[in-house]
Amino acid sequence: MTEAPEKYVGGGVPRKEDPALVTGRATWTDNIKLPGMLHASLLRSPFAHAKITSIDVSEAKNRPGVVAAFTGEDLADEWAGIIPCGWQITEDQRTPTHWPLAKDEVNYAGDAVAVVVATDRYTAKDALEFIEVEYEELPAVTDLETVLDEGTPLVHEVYDSNRCYTWTLDVGEVDEAFEKADVVVKERYLQPRLIPNAIEPRAVVAHPDPVNGGFTIYTSTQVPHIAKFVLSGICGVPEQKLRVVAPDVGGGFGSKLNVYAEEALALALARRLDTPIKWVEERSENYLSTTHGRGQIQDIELAATSDGKILGLRADLVADMGAYLQLSGSLIPILGAFMYCGVYDFDAYHFECEGVFTNKTPIDAYRGAGRPEAAYAIERIMDALARRLEMDPAEVRRINFHEPFDEPKTQPAGIQYDSGDYNKTLDRVLELANYEGLREEQRRRRESGDPVQLGIGFSTYTEICGLAPSQVVNALGGGGGGWEAAEVRMLASGKVEVVTGTSPHGQGHVTSWSQIAADALGVDLDDVEVIHGDTAAAPWGRDTYGSRSLAVGGVAVHMAAQKVVEKGKKIAAHMLEAAEGDIEFEGGRFSVAGSPDQNATIQDVAGAAYLASDLPEGMEPLLSEEQIYDPPNFTFPFGAHMCVTEVDTETGFVKIRDYFAVDDCGPVINPTIVDGQVHGGIAQGIAEALYEEAVYDEDGNLVTGSMVDYLVPGAPELPHFTLDRTVTPSPSNVMGVKGIGEAGTIGAPVAVINSVIDALSPFGVTHIDKPASPFNVWSTIQEATGDGAGTRDADLSGRPAQATDNVDEQGGETR
Amino acid sequence: MIPIAFDYEVAESVDGAIDLLKENGEDAKLLAGGHSLLPIMKLRLAAPTMLVDLGRIGELSYVRDAGDHIAIGAMTRHTEVEHNQLLQEHCGLLAHTASFVGDPQVRHRGTIGGSISHGDAASDLPSALLALEGTFVVKGPGGERTVAASDFFQDYLQTDLAPDEVLTEVRVPKLGQNTGWSYKKFNRRAQDWAVVGVAAVVERSNGSISSARIGLTNMGSTPLRATAAESALSGADSSSVAEATSSADEGTSPSSDIAASAEFRRHLARVLTRRAVEEALSR
Repeated sequence: MTEAPEKYVGGGVPRKEDPALVTGRATWTDNIKLPGMLHASLLRSPFAHAKITSIDVSEAKNRPGVVAAFTGEDLADEWAGIIPCGWQITEDQRTPTHWPLAKDEVNYAGDAVAVVVATDRYTAKDALEFIEVEYEELPAVTDLETVLDEGTPLVHEVYDSNRCYTWTLDVGEVDEAFEKADVVVKERYLQPRLIPNAIEPRAVVAHPDPVNGGFTIYTSTQVPHIAKFVLSGICGVPEQKLRVVAPDVGGGFGSKLNVYAEEALALALARRLDTPIKWVEERSENYLSTTHGRGQIQDIELAATSDGKILGLRADLVADMGAYLQLSGSLIPILGAFMYCGVYDFDAYHFECEGVFTNKTPIDAYRGAGRPEAAYAIERIMDALARRLEMDPAEVRRINFHEPFDEPKTQPAGIQYDSGDYNKTLDRVLELANYEGLREEQRRRRESGDPVQLGIGFSTYTEICGLAPSQVVNALGGGGGGWEAAEVRMLASGKVEVVTGTSPHGQGHVTSWSQIAADALGVDLDDVEVIHGDTAAAPWGRDTYGSRSLAVGGVAVHMAAQKVVEKGKKIAAHMLEAAEGDIEFEGGRFSVAGSPDQNATIQDVAGAAYLASDLPEGMEPLLSEEQIYDPPNFTFPFGAHMCVTEVDTETGFVKIRDYFAVDDCGPVINPTIVDGQVHGGIAQGIAEALYEEAVYDEDGNLVTGSMVDYLVPGAPELPHFTLDRTVTPSPSNVMGVKGIGEAGTIGAPVAVINSVIDALSPFGVTHIDKPASPFNVWSTIQEATGDGAGTRDADLSGRPAQATDNVDEQGGETR
Repeated sequence: MIPIAFDYEVAESVDGAIDLLKENGEDAKLLAGGHSLLPIMKLRLAAPTMLVDLGRIGELSYVRDAGDHIAIGAMTRHTEVEHNQLLQEHCGLLAHTASFVGDPQVRHRGTIGGSISHGDAASDLPSALLALEGTFVVKGPGGERTVAASDFFQDYLQTDLAPDEVLTEVRVPKLGQNTGWSYKKFNRRAQDWAVVGVAAVVERSNGSISSARIGLTNMGSTPLRATAAESALSGADSSSVAEATSSADEGTSPSSDIAASAEFRRHLARVLTRRAVEEALSR
C-alpha cells in the first residue's frame, strides 16, 4: 500500500518559472499600470564633481503634460534620513551625506539633480532639456593610485582625505614567516570596475494606499524586506505603513541588493502628489547610476619555502567606494578579506584594506562581491610561485591544500571552513581535461613557433556562502540579522503553501523550494506553491544575495516542513489511536509501525487539523509551521577550474577553446539549475577576464557608457563548458547544502588570466591585467619582447594605470 | 534610450520619398532598416524631425543579373544579400561580407542601401564595395546618376548623397574564375563593428598575382583602399605576400580609442591584409 516516495531533490525538475518567462507573461515592474499613474524622469549631472550654483525647473514645469518638477532643495523636507550604508566596518568609517537628489554638489557623473513628473515617460524625458542648471566644476578624483596622496583633491570637502576607512586583519606571525621564507613573490593586481548589467534595468512604482494611508512599492529589487526597512528610514513612513513587492525581477547580480535614490524619490513623489509614480531606468542611466562592482588595487606578497610550501601571505588593498556608500559598499572588500588564503594550509596572514572615495558611481556588490578579487589574488600568486620555483602549477597547489576535512577547520584568516576535499576536484579536472595531453600539445606549439599558442590556466578556489550567522554580521558592523524565515502551510484541501523570505530574481527558488517541500511532505511538486517577494505575504525575510538562499532560506523551508511532519505525527497518532512513537511517515502517509493498513495521508491529517474538531488535547488547529533559521556557520563551496586558451600572438585575440569546471556545492537540489548557475557564473567570469571594464576618463566621464563600448560577451564568444561535481556535505546545516550562485564568477576570471599568461610565457610574459583584450595582449607581447616603447599610447585617458611594479620574476626577493 | 519626438511619413515610391525629403529639408532622414539610425536617435546623438520610411517600397528589394554586373536594390536586407545564389556564384565577397554585419536581428532588418548611405567607416560593406569597385545609383529631384564607390564616401559619416537624394541600387561586378577574394573582420564580439576589417579581391595568373584590390574597414574616417600594398602585390606570388602586404597601412589614419590604438590598428591592417590575400589566393 505504501508507495515509494517520489524524490524530487537531486532531479533535474523543469523550472516552474520558465513557461511565463519564455512566453512573455512575466510581470516586470514596468508592466504595472495603475489608475492615475504618473511618470518620473531624472536629470543627471554631466560632471563628475561640481557645485550646483543655480538650478531652475520652472520652464520644464510649464511643458505640456508635465505635472511637477523638483530640485533637491524642493524635496529636502521629504527626507527623514540619508540613503544609508548598512555596514559600519570601522568605528571611524565615513559615510557621506547622500540625499536622493543632490542639493549643493554633485559627486559623480550621473548624480541626479532634478526630477520631472509627467503624464507619460516621453514627456517627462523631453522636459528634462528645459531645466537650467549652472555648475561650477571641481577637480574630479578618478585615479586609485593617487587618491590618498597629499594634494589630491577631495571628493568630500568635509573630510580631510579621501579615505573612507582602513580595516586590518592580522593572524599569526606574519613578519616572521616572511623572514624565514626561501622565496618571496610580490605582485600587484588591478581589479577593474565592472558594470553588473542585469537584463531588466531598475524600475519602481510607488502607490499610495488611500485606505491605510500607507504605500505599496513595487520595485525591481533583490531585497524587498531590507527595502521596506530602509525606505521607512529615508522617507519617514512608519514601517508598518509600507508594503514592498518585488514582482518578477530580471536579474540583479548584486546591483539590486540595494536601496536606491529613485525608490525613495518614487515614494516621496507619490506622497507629495498623492498619486502612483513610476520610474523606469534607461539602459544608459543604468550604466551611470546603478552600482558598479570590483574596482581595487591589490598588492599581494607570498612567502614560501624552496619546495613550494606557503608560509605567509600579505594582502594590501585600495578599494574604490565611488562617490558615496550604498547599502554594502564598505563591506564588499572585507567579505573578501576572509578568502585570500584560499584552499591552502598555512598560519600567517596580513590583510589591510583602505576604502577610498572617488568621483565615480558608487561601488557595491557584484556577483562574488569580494571573493572573486580574493580568489584572483591568491590563485595568480600561486602561479607566480610555481613559475619562480619551476614547479607545475597543479603541483604547487596540491602540496599546500588543507587535508580533507568534514568538520569545521580554522584556516589562516581565522574563520572556520565547514568541509573540503580539494584534491578530489583537482584530480577530476586534470582527468577531464587530459592535462598531460594538453601540456604535450603546448610543447609542440611552442617548439614549432606556432603563431597560435596554447594556454592552460588553473583556479582552485573556495568561497563563502550562507550569509550569515547573525552574530558575525553584527561583529562586522552590519545593521541586520543573517537569519531567514520560512513557513510551510498545509491548506484545508491538502495543498501546500511555502512562504519564503528569500527573493528570487532568476535563480529558480520556486522550483527548488517546491522540490524541498514536496520531498519533505511526500506531496506532488505541483501541489506546492511558493510565495515570495511581497512583504505583506512573506512578512519576514532577509532576501537574496551572496549565494545565501539555499543554505539559509532553503534549509529553513526544509526545517519548517519537518516541523509540519512532526505535528502531523501527533495528529495521526490521535486519529489512528496509536502511540505517537509508533507513527512512521513515508511518501506522504502516516502509518502505524507494523500495521501499514492503519494509515492516514498527510492531506487527511491537514484536513483534520483544519477542521480542528478532534485534535489531541491542547493542540492548536492547523498544520502550519514557521521556521526562523539563524545559521551557526557559513558554508564554503569549492572547486577546480581549468581554462584552455588559444592565443593568436599576431593579433592578441584570446579564444577560449575549452573550459573545465569541477565544483563542489554539497548535495544538489536541482542539477539543471546548478549547471545553469555554473554556466552563467563562468560566462560572467570570462567576461571579467577578457571583455568588460568600466573605463573613465580623467574628468570622470564614463567612456564605456553603452553596450557598444562596454563589452558583455554573448554565446558566440563563449566556449563549451565541461562540468562535473563532487559532493562534500556541509556540517553547517541539516541538508549539507552550500550554495552555487557565484562560484563560477569566483573561479573563472583567474583561470582565464592564468591561461593567457601561460600561453604567452614563451615571450617572457609573467603578468597581464584584466581584461586581456587583444590590444592588451598584443601590447604585453610587444613590451615583453622589447618592441613596445609607447605601445599603449592610445587615447585611453582615464584608463587605470597599468601595473608598473609587477615584480614576479624580476624584483621579488629571493633568499 | 528615448528619442526626441519626430514626425514619420511612409514613402509610397522613390519619387515620393524625394518629394518628402525636399519638403522637410535637412532635418528629414530616410529610414531603411533603422539599425544605424534608431540607436543613435535613442541615444539623442541624432534628432531628425522627420523620418521618411522606405520600408514599403517593394521595388527597391531585388538582386538581378544585369549582364556584366549584378544589381542589388537598396532595400535588400543583409540576410538576402548573404544567401542570394546569384551573388554567391558571381560575387561571393559581397555575400560573405554581409554575413558579418551585426547580428542575425540586424541582418534581417538592416539593408545594403541603408548601411552604405550611413557611411560608417567601421561598417563592413563599404570596404568590400571599394575592393569590388562597385557603383551606386542615386536618384534625386534632378534625376538619376551613378557614383563610383571610390567617390561616394567623403568623410566621417558623410557621403556624396545630397539631402534630397535616395540611393536606389548597388552594382557589383561578376568576378571571374581567376579571381579570389576574402574578408577578414577583426572584432571583439560577433556583433561588433570591426576594429579593423580587410576586403581583398585578387586576380591570379600563372600562379602569381596579376592585380589586387584591398579595401580597409575602420582605418580612417572613410573606408580606404590600401594602394601601396596593392602595387606591391602586383606580380607577387604566395611566397612574397607577407612582404608585399607590410605596407597595407600606408596612407591610412586610423583612430585611437578604447578598442585599439592607432598603432595597433595599423599592425592589424598588415596582419589581416596578409591573411586576406593568402585566403584569396586559395579561394
